[in-house]
Amino acid sequence: MSRPASQTILSNTAAPCDAPAGGRQPILHQRGQHEVFCGLTSIIWLHRKMQDAFFLIVGSRTCAHLMQSAAGVMIFAEPRFATAIIEERDLSGMADLHDELDAVVARLLKRRPDIRMLVLVGSCPSEVIKLDLSRAAERLNREHAPDRRVIAYSGSGIETTFTQGEDSFLATLVEECPAAEADAAPSLVVAGSLADVVEDQFSRIFQALGIDNVAFLPTRRSDRLPAIGPNTRFLLAQPFLNEASKMLERRGATHIPALFPLGEEGTTAWLKAASDAFGVDPARFAAVTAPGRERARKALESYAETLSGKRIFFFPDSQLEPALARFLSREAGMGLTEVGSPYLHRRHLAAELDLLPEDVVLSEGQDVERQIDRCHEADPDLIVCGLGLANPFEAKGYATKWSIELVFTPIQGYEQAGDLAELFARPLRRRAALKVEV
Amino acid sequence: MQLTVWTYEGPPHVGALRIAASMKGVHYVLHAPQGDTYADLLFTMIERRRTRPPVTYTTFQARDLGKDTAELFKEACREAVERFKPQAILVGASCTAELIQDDPGGLAKALGLDVPVVPLELPSYQRKENWGAAETFYRLVRGFAGGREKPEKEEGAPASCNILGPTALGFRNRDDIVEVKKLLTSLGVDINVVAPLDASPLDLTRLPAADFNVVLYPEIAETAATWLKREFGQPIVRTVPIGVTATREFIREVAELAGIDPTEALDTDADRLSWYARSVDSNYLTGKRVFIYGDATHALAAARIAEEELGFKVCGLGTYSFNFARDITAAARHYGVEPVISDDHLDVEEAIVEAHPELVLGTQMERNTAKRLRIPCAVISAPVHVQDFPARYAPQMGFEGANVIFDSWVHPLMMGLEEHLLGMFREDFEFHDDTGASHLAAVNAAHGSGGQGVAARAEQSAFEAAAAEQTPDTIDSPDGTAARWTTEAEKELKKIPFFVRGKARRNTERFADETGVNVITIETLYDAKAHFAR
Repeated sequence: MSRPASQTILSNTAAPCDAPAGGRQPILHQRGQHEVFCGLTSIIWLHRKMQDAFFLIVGSRTCAHLMQSAAGVMIFAEPRFATAIIEERDLSGMADLHDELDAVVARLLKRRPDIRMLVLVGSCPSEVIKLDLSRAAERLNREHAPDRRVIAYSGSGIETTFTQGEDSFLATLVEECPAAEADAAPSLVVAGSLADVVEDQFSRIFQALGIDNVAFLPTRRSDRLPAIGPNTRFLLAQPFLNEASKMLERRGATHIPALFPLGEEGTTAWLKAASDAFGVDPARFAAVTAPGRERARKALESYAETLSGKRIFFFPDSQLEPALARFLSREAGMGLTEVGSPYLHRRHLAAELDLLPEDVVLSEGQDVERQIDRCHEADPDLIVCGLGLANPFEAKGYATKWSIELVFTPIQGYEQAGDLAELFARPLRRRAALKVEV
Repeated sequence: MQLTVWTYEGPPHVGALRIAASMKGVHYVLHAPQGDTYADLLFTMIERRRTRPPVTYTTFQARDLGKDTAELFKEACREAVERFKPQAILVGASCTAELIQDDPGGLAKALGLDVPVVPLELPSYQRKENWGAAETFYRLVRGFAGGREKPEKEEGAPASCNILGPTALGFRNRDDIVEVKKLLTSLGVDINVVAPLDASPLDLTRLPAADFNVVLYPEIAETAATWLKREFGQPIVRTVPIGVTATREFIREVAELAGIDPTEALDTDADRLSWYARSVDSNYLTGKRVFIYGDATHALAAARIAEEELGFKVCGLGTYSFNFARDITAAARHYGVEPVISDDHLDVEEAIVEAHPELVLGTQMERNTAKRLRIPCAVISAPVHVQDFPARYAPQMGFEGANVIFDSWVHPLMMGLEEHLLGMFREDFEFHDDTGASHLAAVNAAHGSGGQGVAARAEQSAFEAAAAEQTPDTIDSPDGTAARWTTEAEKELKKIPFFVRGKARRNTERFADETGVNVITIETLYDAKAHFAR
C-alpha cells in the first residue's frame, strides 16, 4: 500500500522488538483528533464484573452523559455506577469540593448499604482542577472502614483511552491486595477482566494442568483479593495492562510473557507459557489441551470460507488490535492492511508483533481524518472501528465490524475461538445476504 | 456536587453539536479532551445518520496540558476549514476545556480564516443541552440575519413563514416538520426557511423575508424567535400543534396572521383521534390516572391531550426544562396536581410512586422506572433511545401526529374486556392481574413457564417494596401501620385490580387516619370507597 504524501510520521521507532526482521515498516506515530472513548467507559463492564463495588465518577455532566450514551439502554434500573457532577459553586473553592464529595458519598452509601468497595473515578475536569481523589479516598476510607473500602483511580480521557481505564483500576486494586509471604506457595494471577464463562473454562484447564493456586483479577468480589508476593507469577489475559503489570512487579510478582489467549494458537501459547513457568509436564499439557485445540480448529473451519483472503483495516480502540490481527491473519487467513492501536506496548506485544506479516502498517495513536484517508486508499473488505465511524463507513459501501463488541463479548480461550471469528464473519455474511441497496 | 445516575440532558456543547449536525455548511471546532468524541455516536447510532457529524475535536491529552493547548486548537481550526470548506465555523469549549481557558473564540478570530466564525460561550457547569442548542441557534441566527433589511414583499405574494426549532436528535422532529409543512401548505402559506434542520448559514440570511415565525420547539428556538421579532417585527406562532385541539388552534392562529380563511383546513378527515376517543370502546379510558413528565413542550401538550382528548386524569405533571417551569407550574395547578420541576430522576421516580398512576407518559428514563414499577408507559419526549427514531412515519404534531399518539398511548394499557374479566374472576391461573396486559408480548412470556411467572410476581413485589420505601409514613411504617390491616381487609384489598390497588390502599389509610379508625377492616375499606366516591 502506498501512503499519501500528506501523512505525518512524527518519529520512526527502531527499538529491537519493534522491527523483528528487516522488512517491517516503521510504526506510524500519529497525533491529532482521536476518535476513541475515554477510560470511564471501562466502568460499564467493571461494575458488572465486581459485584460488590460501586464506581463513583467525579466529573461533569459530560461524563454522566457519556456513561449513559455508551451504556445504551440499561434494562436494570439501577447500575452500580454514578457521577458526582461538579457544579459552578464547587469550582469556587477546593475545600468546599471535598466537603461536597463527602456528602455525596455519605448519601450514596446510605442508599446502597450492600456496597463493600467504593471506587472514586477521576475524570478530565477533576484532573484539570487537580482534585486529589487519592487523598479523598484515604480520608473516606478512614471514615467508612472496615465495612467499606474506598479507593481511587483515574479514567479521564486526558490520561486513558477506553480499556486503559481497566488498567488504572487494576493497578489500584493490586495495591489493595494483601502481601504474600516470601515462602508462600507459588501462585498464579491472571490479570484482565474476562467473561465469567471464560474465567471458569480457564480455571478448569489450570486445575487439570495441576496449577491450583490461581486467582483472576479483577476478582468477582472485592473482599477476595489474592495475596501477592515474590512467589506470585502473573499472566496477562488482556493486552492493555501496562500500569497494572508495573504494580504487580512492584509487589514482587513476575510476569509470564505470552501471546494473548485469542484463537487456538494464542490460547495454546498462553497456557503453555503458564505451564512452563509452573513446570507442568509437556505430555500432560498436550493431553489437557488437545480436546480444546481440536474443538477450536473445528469451529474455525466453518468461517474460513467467509474470511479467508479478505483484507481488514483496524482503527485504534482497545489495544486488542494487534492480537486480533494476528489471530485473523494466521487462523482465519485474512489479509491485513493497517493495524491501529491507541498504544503499542512493545514489551507485552513483542510475541504478537513477531507473528504479524511484515507488510502490515502498524500505527499508534490517531489522526482520524488522515487515517480515514488511508483507509479509503487501502480499500479493505472489512473495517474494524468505533460506533462514531461505523455507520458512515457502511453508508459509503464498506463493511464494518464495530470494535466495542470485542470487549463486551466472550472471545478468549478455545471454546470462543469460533465465536471470535464469527464476529468478523457476521458483517460480511450479512452484506451478502441483504438484497437491498443503500 | 450533584449525585447523578441518569441525566435528562447532556452538557451544553452537545446542544451546540445538535445545531451543527442539523445544519448544512456549518462546522464545529470543539476544544475537548480525548474521549468527548463519544457524542458522535448519538448521531451515527441513535439517529442512524449516514455521515459523521461536522465536528472537529481537539482531543487534547494530559501531556498536551504542559504545552500549548491553544496552538492545538488553532491547528484544528485551520485544518477543519481547509478540509471541510464550511460556510461558517462554530468554535467553543467543552467542560474540561472551559477550565483551561484557552478562549476558542478569540483564537479563531485571530487566525484570519476566510469563513465567518461564530464563537460560543456555553457555561458547562451551569447550563445544559437544550440551553446550549438554543444559544447556539440564536448566535447563528443573529450572526447571519443580523444587520439585514427586511425585503419588500411582492404585491399579491402569499403569506410566508419560517419553521424554527427542529434539530438533529430531536424527538420525532423529522416527521413533525413533514406534517407541519403539509398543514401550512394546505392553508396556502409559503414556507420560507426551516431551521436549523437542513438549513445552511446562507438560508439563515433569508429569515427576515418571512411574515411570521412558527416556533415548533420553544426549548430550541424561543430565544432566536424573540430576537427576530424584535429585529424584524415577525410575530411568533406560539401554539405547538401537538394534539387535535392544539392543531386546530395552530391552524386558526396561522390563518389569522396570514389573513386566510381556515375553514377548509379545519374541515378534515385526517383526524381519527377524535372519533376513536368518542367510540364506546374508549369508554374505559375515562379517568385513567396518568403521570406526565418530559421537556416542557411535550409535557404540556400531553397533559392537554390526556385530559381533554382522551379523558384521562392527570395525576402528576413535571419537566426538566427549568426555563419553562412557570408554564408547567401553571398547568399543574390547572389540573390540580403538584408540579415536579426537577432533573433528578430519583425525584421523578418518587413522584410516580406517590401518584400511583395507571399510565406513565415520559422519557426513556421513565420507561425504565415504569418497567421496574410495572406500570404501563409510553415515551413522549427526549431523551429517547434508538427505538424512538423509528423507520416509519411517526409524527407527534398535526392530525396524523394525534393519530400516532392515540395508538401509542392506549397500546400499553390493558384492554377493556380483559380489565372487566380480571375484576370479576380473580383466581384464573393464567389471567391474573400480576401478569399485566395479555396483548403485550414481553409480558406474555411471563405466562409461559412457572419460573418466569414467579419472576413477574417478584417484580411486582419490587413495586410494593419501592412504594413502601418511598412513602414510609403511609405504608409499612415502623409504628405498625401495615399491621393496622386485618387479614380479611388485606385479602379484600387484593381483589381490587392491581393498577388501582395502591391508590385504594392509600385512600383507605388516609380515611382511617382522618376518622380515627385504628384497625382497618373490610368495613373501613368500603367506607373509604364510599367516602372518596363523592
